[in-house]
Amino acid sequence: MSDPNSSQDADGLEPIAPSLLPLDAWHRAKGGRMVPFAGYVMPVQYEGIMAEHLWTRQHAGLFDVSHMGQLLFTGEGVAQALEALLPGDLQVLAANRMRYSLLLADNGGILDDLMVTRLPEAHPFGEAGEPVPAGEAFYMVVNGATKYDDLGHLREALPDSITINHLEDRALLALQGPEAVTTLARLIPGVDALRFMTAGAFEWAGHALWISRSGYTGEDGCEISLPAEAVEAFADALTAEAEVQPIGLGARDSLRLEAGLPLYGHDLDEETTPVAADLGFALSKRRREEGGFPGAERILAERAEGPAIKRVGLRVDGRQPVREGATVVDQAGKTIGRVTSGGFAPSVGAPIAMAYVPAALAVAGTEVTLSQRGKTHTAEVVPMPFISHRYVR
Amino acid sequence: MSRYFTEEHEWVEVDGDVATVGITEYAQSQLGDVVFVEVPDEGRALSKGDDAAVVESVKAASDVYTPASGTVVEGNPALEANPALVNEDPEGEGWFFRLTLADASELEGLMDADQYAAFVAKL
Repeated sequence: MSDPNSSQDADGLEPIAPSLLPLDAWHRAKGGRMVPFAGYVMPVQYEGIMAEHLWTRQHAGLFDVSHMGQLLFTGEGVAQALEALLPGDLQVLAANRMRYSLLLADNGGILDDLMVTRLPEAHPFGEAGEPVPAGEAFYMVVNGATKYDDLGHLREALPDSITINHLEDRALLALQGPEAVTTLARLIPGVDALRFMTAGAFEWAGHALWISRSGYTGEDGCEISLPAEAVEAFADALTAEAEVQPIGLGARDSLRLEAGLPLYGHDLDEETTPVAADLGFALSKRRREEGGFPGAERILAERAEGPAIKRVGLRVDGRQPVREGATVVDQAGKTIGRVTSGGFAPSVGAPIAMAYVPAALAVAGTEVTLSQRGKTHTAEVVPMPFISHRYVR
Repeated sequence: MSRYFTEEHEWVEVDGDVATVGITEYAQSQLGDVVFVEVPDEGRALSKGDDAAVVESVKAASDVYTPASGTVVEGNPALEANPALVNEDPEGEGWFFRLTLADASELEGLMDADQYAAFVAKL
C-alpha cells in the first residue's frame, strides 16, 4: 500500500525543524498522532477523524490552535491604519465585536484571512509585566502558516505610530459544538452571555482569558486566548467535563469543509480575490463606497461586473472522495477549473468539495465533471454551507 | 494455506493456486477511517507490484499493490457498500481481491507473520 502519510505536510514550506506547542506533551498523553503542520508538530487525530468529527457536531470538541498568530495593535489612529490594509469597517466596529477580514495585496490578491476584534479599555493583552497600552486597540488572529509573512507585511505597511505585539506567550484553544458553551460556562460563569462574533475578558484560576463566541466548525462555540503557562491545566479542566473530547487537525478540516469555510493556502491564496472567493461579505458597505483598501479598483470592478471564476461547493456523485489538486474539465476534457479542498464529509455521508469554476457554471444545480488520477467523476454545484451553521446570535 | 506479508503492508494468503490479498492491521491503523475502496474487476491481468486497488480514508488516498502476478478472480463485493470492513477486520472479512497466481515463486522473499511483526515494530 502506498504511504498515506507521505503527502500530509502539504503546506509548501521548507522542512525546517518544527516548533512545539505549549500542549505538546498533553497531546501525546491523550494519544494524539502528531504530524508536522504549519511549522509545528500538531495532533492530526486522537481516537479517529470520523468519531472526532461526529463528537464535535453532537457534544463539544476541544481544538488546540496555538499555532495561529495572535497579534495586538495599539497606537493613535490604529483603526484607520489597519483599514488601509484590509476591507473591513473597523472605524465603526464597537468594542468587544469582531469581524472576519482579509489582508490584501496591492493587486487585490488575498495574503491571509483573519479575525479582528476591537478591544475595550480593559483587556488582558500586553507584554508580560508591562502595563497594557492605553487607547484604541485591536486583537487579530491570523493563520499559523502565514503569521511571519503577515508580521513582515504589517510592520512594513503600518506607520511607526502603530505598535504590533506578537502575543507569543499566549495559547489559543477552541471549544466547539452544541454543548460547548454550557460546558464552558460551568468553569467560567457568564461566558454564555456572549453572542456570536462578540468577545470579552474573563478569568480562570487567576489567569486572564480573552474569550470570543466564534469558531471554524459551523457549530456554536468559543475561542479562548490564555497564557501558555495556564493552558495545560485549563485543557485538563475542560476534558474532565463529560461533554468534551480533544479533536485533531483531521476533523478540524472536515468540519470546516462541511461548514463551507475556506482554508487559506488551499481555497484562498495570493492569486485569489475576495470576489472570486465568494467572500463579498467581508467587503463592508462603507469601504465599498469609499475604497481605499489594497486592490480596491480591481476588486470593486470585479464585484460590479462579476468575477471570471468563482468558489463553489460541490456534492460529488458516488462514494469516492475528490480532493485538492483534482481538476474541473469540460466535455472535451480541457481543464476549466480546480478543486481546492475535498474529502468525505462525515455528517453529510458523502464526498464534498470546494472548487473554482467559470462563473457561468457557478450556479446551484449545475453538473460539472472532475478529473482525478486519470478517472472522471461527476458532481453538482450546491449552496454552501453543506451543513447548516448553528451560531447563537 | 500460508500467509505472507509485504513491506508495503499487504498480506497475501495462498490456497492452491489462488491468492487472497488485503492490507494489514498496521496499514488500517495508519489509514484511519476507510470511506471508499475500489477493487479490480474479474479477469484483469496484474503484474507483481501493479496498482491493483485504491483505498481512501477521510484523510488520504492510497494504492494497494499486488504482491504477485496473476489474473483477478474476484474483488471483495462487500467493500463497496461497507468500506469500514477494512478497519473492522482488515486481515479477514476486509480482504480486497483474489487472483490465480501466474508464478508462485514470486512469493519467495516475502515475510512471514513473525518477520512482519518484527518489521512493523521497527517503524
